[in-house]
Amino acid sequence: MAFSFNLLSDLQEMWSYQFMQHAFEAGTLIAVIAGVMGYFVVLRRSAFTAHAFSEIGFAGAAGVLLLGINPIVGLLLGSSLGGLAIAALGRRAANRDTQIGIVLAFALGLGVLFISLYSGYATAAYSILFGQILGISSSDVLLTLVAALIILATVAIIYRPLLFASLDEDVAEAKGMPMLFLGTAFMLLVAIAVSFSVQVIGVLLIFSLMVTPAATAQRMARQPQRAIMISVAVALFATWSGLFIAFYEPYPVSFFITGIVFTLYLMVRLIQRIGRGKVNHSLQK
Amino acid sequence: MSLTLPRLRSVGVESSLIAAENLTAGYRDKIVWREANFAFGRGELVAVIGPNAAGKTTLFRLLLGLQQPIGGTIKIFGAPPKRGNPRIGYVPQRHVIDSETNIEALELVRLALSGKRWGFNPFSHSDRDAAIAALEAVDAMEVAHRPLGVLSGGELQRIFLAEALVSNPEVLLLDEPLSNLDMRRETDLLHLVDDVVRSRGITALLIAHNINPLLPHLDKVVYIASGRVATGKPSEVLTSESLTALYGIQVEVLRDPHGNVAIIGLEEHHGDV
Repeated sequence: MAFSFNLLSDLQEMWSYQFMQHAFEAGTLIAVIAGVMGYFVVLRRSAFTAHAFSEIGFAGAAGVLLLGINPIVGLLLGSSLGGLAIAALGRRAANRDTQIGIVLAFALGLGVLFISLYSGYATAAYSILFGQILGISSSDVLLTLVAALIILATVAIIYRPLLFASLDEDVAEAKGMPMLFLGTAFMLLVAIAVSFSVQVIGVLLIFSLMVTPAATAQRMARQPQRAIMISVAVALFATWSGLFIAFYEPYPVSFFITGIVFTLYLMVRLIQRIGRGKVNHSLQK
Repeated sequence: MSLTLPRLRSVGVESSLIAAENLTAGYRDKIVWREANFAFGRGELVAVIGPNAAGKTTLFRLLLGLQQPIGGTIKIFGAPPKRGNPRIGYVPQRHVIDSETNIEALELVRLALSGKRWGFNPFSHSDRDAAIAALEAVDAMEVAHRPLGVLSGGELQRIFLAEALVSNPEVLLLDEPLSNLDMRRETDLLHLVDDVVRSRGITALLIAHNINPLLPHLDKVVYIASGRVATGKPSEVLTSESLTALYGIQVEVLRDPHGNVAIIGLEEHHGDV
């Protein structure tokens, strides 16, 4: 497998391998849902909550691994239960970093116990923690497609009320919006998005798809719909490029994805700083 | 009806937009204030003043239907308040907006209309037109496309006012719109609120710390302190006699030659309620 500088033939060669096809299919779907949900995660300042989901999901995944069940089931169970619990406590509770941190630490501890009890391959734990997109099966791709359709359809329905409730909670509440429903729906959607993103990026690197692309987009666009599109574009670009590079280089895909989104974020900040400097300079004249 | 309500002037109660009879507010195990009686008509500008934690926002929560009275009745548009009444515009004290909020002002105003609707429809222009009209009404078009996070306190209050006005409310509830504004911006905003309220015939309740900048604009005042509520015209309510009679302790209302008032004796009093 050599890089030929002919993008078309390179891609053709890449897609002749089924594992790369699956990786691109699942990676594309996950980049879209992570980019969309990430926007709301960043807008609602819920990054830490999203991280907690992934680690509670880790305990779930390690737990079901013991029973010989697909880890995604455990991820979904763990993160959804975490999401319901936090949603039940209400929006203000979702920002209780200390309590969430305490639960998160305990969940990680449980996960460590389950992994040590697990007699199978140690790589199973490694792939949950850091992602294993190249090992994804066709049934996993199908499951990811179903999840992506559920998330996108739900977001399409609750988009404006969720945006309103996220940006202006007090007014939305006074206007009679169903705040508990919206908060719970948001938590469950994030839980699903996190669970599937773990396949690509792993529990520990979840921010690189759920936070960094959205944070980059929110710096670039002042209209929510445009920001969501940029967020998805950044996540897609990073996932595709990461897969492409990892095909030729012996290093993990998740490293390339985290590296690409981080570089993009830094570049946007840098360009904005230079732009602002110019404005200040011209004002001084 | 007036026989059972000796403290209420019977005139105005029936025609009033907002009316309370022996209204007592609080939470499960704590009464915040008791037995308030008031009636506000269409187009009146009312200040709600009093010390911190006296229960000024509680009055708004009752009117918005976010909280139920413990005793007595409260009516708005002739019926008990219910949450989500589109005829009420609300500007809460704190919005979840900080310097990182990079969403343009127009989007927030537009969401006050479109945020209630389910389903994805990115191409609604009527909401956008209404939002622009509301921003023009508060003279804030020049900041319409700027991010909320970089706006000054005065600019933000204009945007919040536009957000409340965009659905053409008949009642406007403004929770401390003057906090964090310097004196010039305070005066500007008050003139704007006065203009908007008078020209549209809106009944506005405005919570403030200091009544003095409001005095030239006011029709009525609600004074909440130490679990009691005094209501009426400022000249009637803000006198040593009426407040002393209401609270049963010596209260002094001082006036300077410019008409500014200072209320002495209630700010430090935290008696049982």
